[in-house]
Amino acid sequence: MMLTRFLFERIDRGGWVFLVLLGLAAVLVPVLNLAVPPGSMFHVSNTAVGLWGKYMTYALLAIAVDLVWGYCGILSLGHGAFFALGGYAMGMYLMLQIGPRGVYAHPTLPDFMVFLNWTELPVAWWGFSSFPYAMLMVALVPGLLAFVFGWFAFRSRVTGVYLSIITQALTYALMLAFFRNDMGFGGNNGLTDFKDILGFNIQSQTTRAVLFSLSVLALMAGYLVARAIVTSKAGKIIIAIRDAEPRTRFLGYRVENFKLFVWTVSAVMAGIAGALYVPQVGIINPSEFSPANSIEAIVWVAVGGRGTLVGAALGAGLVNFAKSWFTGAFPQGWLFALGGLFIFVTLFLPKGILGTFTDWWKRRGESRKPPTASPASQPAE
Amino acid sequence: MLIDPMETQLPADPVKAIERPQVVTQSLLYLDGVSVSFDGFRAINNLSLIIAPGEMRAIIGPNGAGKTTMMDIITGKTKPDAGDVIFDGQVDLTQLDETAIANLGIGRKFQKPTVFEMHTVEDNIEMAVKADRTVFGTLFSRHSAEIWRRVDELLGIVRLGDHRKRLAGDLSHGQKQWLEIGMLLAQDPKLLLVDEPAAGMTDVETGATAELLKDIARTHSVVVVEHDMGFIRELGVKVTCLHEGSVLAEGSLDQVSADERVIEVYLGR
Repeated sequence: MMLTRFLFERIDRGGWVFLVLLGLAAVLVPVLNLAVPPGSMFHVSNTAVGLWGKYMTYALLAIAVDLVWGYCGILSLGHGAFFALGGYAMGMYLMLQIGPRGVYAHPTLPDFMVFLNWTELPVAWWGFSSFPYAMLMVALVPGLLAFVFGWFAFRSRVTGVYLSIITQALTYALMLAFFRNDMGFGGNNGLTDFKDILGFNIQSQTTRAVLFSLSVLALMAGYLVARAIVTSKAGKIIIAIRDAEPRTRFLGYRVENFKLFVWTVSAVMAGIAGALYVPQVGIINPSEFSPANSIEAIVWVAVGGRGTLVGAALGAGLVNFAKSWFTGAFPQGWLFALGGLFIFVTLFLPKGILGTFTDWWKRRGESRKPPTASPASQPAE
Repeated sequence: MLIDPMETQLPADPVKAIERPQVVTQSLLYLDGVSVSFDGFRAINNLSLIIAPGEMRAIIGPNGAGKTTMMDIITGKTKPDAGDVIFDGQVDLTQLDETAIANLGIGRKFQKPTVFEMHTVEDNIEMAVKADRTVFGTLFSRHSAEIWRRVDELLGIVRLGDHRKRLAGDLSHGQKQWLEIGMLLAQDPKLLLVDEPAAGMTDVETGATAELLKDIARTHSVVVVEHDMGFIRELGVKVTCLHEGSVLAEGSLDQVSADERVIEVYLGR
């Protein structure tokens, strides 16, 4: 009851539209995919369900990035690390579900371990055959890493570009580590060949439709949590830290604690996104840690609109839609297009698509009202 | 041994005999032998200053005299290389950070008005009002009638009631100064450090600011740094002139401005 009020009471109109559309998608897409025959114009193809499900997890990652960057001013160039860690935790569960059905038909060990002549499961893998344990790790591993990292970084007041570089180094270091076979996470092949999840065949269209709906629900939940945080009084402090960090300190707020809080929440959110991503794409490998992935997430948020949450999700969807189309039509051109898009948005839409739209909407509303004495709002600086 | 520094008019007389843990002073703020250097430049040089409870003090001095650095030391932004900074008789401020010092009851207004530009005027005040400042306390805090009554009251005092819904970034320079003073008051500190409150204000605004500060000084201790001699005359309080990081002269404005050395380095002939 209290939680419901905490989550729902400060949703604005745009937020409701977003939630309702997502809710509709969560129900309609699986229905149109499973119940409508492939010949019908209302049929949603299997490919589309997989693709859109992936976009939903990206959108959740984008909201996580927006929470720290758009609201607290922490430009993380390493959020892909948390996403990938959540993905690996899910992947480890899925690997252990394969059981004796692997190529080497070993009763307990995943194929790559048999290949490496290992005889028993490494300690890090213990417990991952249990779904609840794996789900706990999905949240705990990214959360704990973020907490420890943030504890040191924010306490020693590492900010701005220095912090960005360290986050970038973090994800790069993890990528190198996960590439190594002796780390025990499948080396550069990563984890793949998944068979089933909770007993359901992961290839079956029903499972895939359910995974899609779960991704949408996770996105809605992520939005609600992020929205509740940024509209609370703590959210005002977090924005204040973004705009004038020393001033917030002199007001008596423990800046490092507020940063650590949003940072950790955001990392957990990214981890959950990664966990939903892996069963839908069917693989997780160290390239998910690559710095370019984290930077791409920044571009989504910048395109959609920093500090808007809904815009971040929208940006993730739009940019990835463009990517899917582009990589089909001009496979060589995508990185140039992405770079060009980022430059265009930075120069002409500094507030992103949603931010620009909201401004236009407000101005339109104001010009309809009789002119008042108060001057038009101009953002500072 | 108990020494009452309030009786020593000039703090140039050091009170070194007191040992750290037992320091007991009647003063609200007590600086003794404070020095700090930046890259070999001595910004503060053996500075001693005592503010009594309820006192308002004006600090003057040429640029680079160490006025702002002194405030940085008191508020924990800068750690001194040497010397004692004692608040409220026993708290050693050199061991604390900005947040802890703010929560002890020392509020600061910056030279350049610093408000949260993307927040509304009333939100700026609300964040400053004394209340739970923890992450989870603020995360789950409910609309509190008590806090908003206080916000209303403060908006009235700093005359920004009509502007409460505007973004702080849209305010004029003078209004921002007032908003920051409002935020300072909202913290309900024991000691207010006010850096150049009249800078960039019109004469009328300056007069009103002086009135406001005099009003505040009735219930709080205040340290004001200002260049505007007219403003300081209006305040009518004891003046300390800093020069090259230490106290050059102290006394009434007339005394200080008659001081040969003050005329030499600051007022000009």
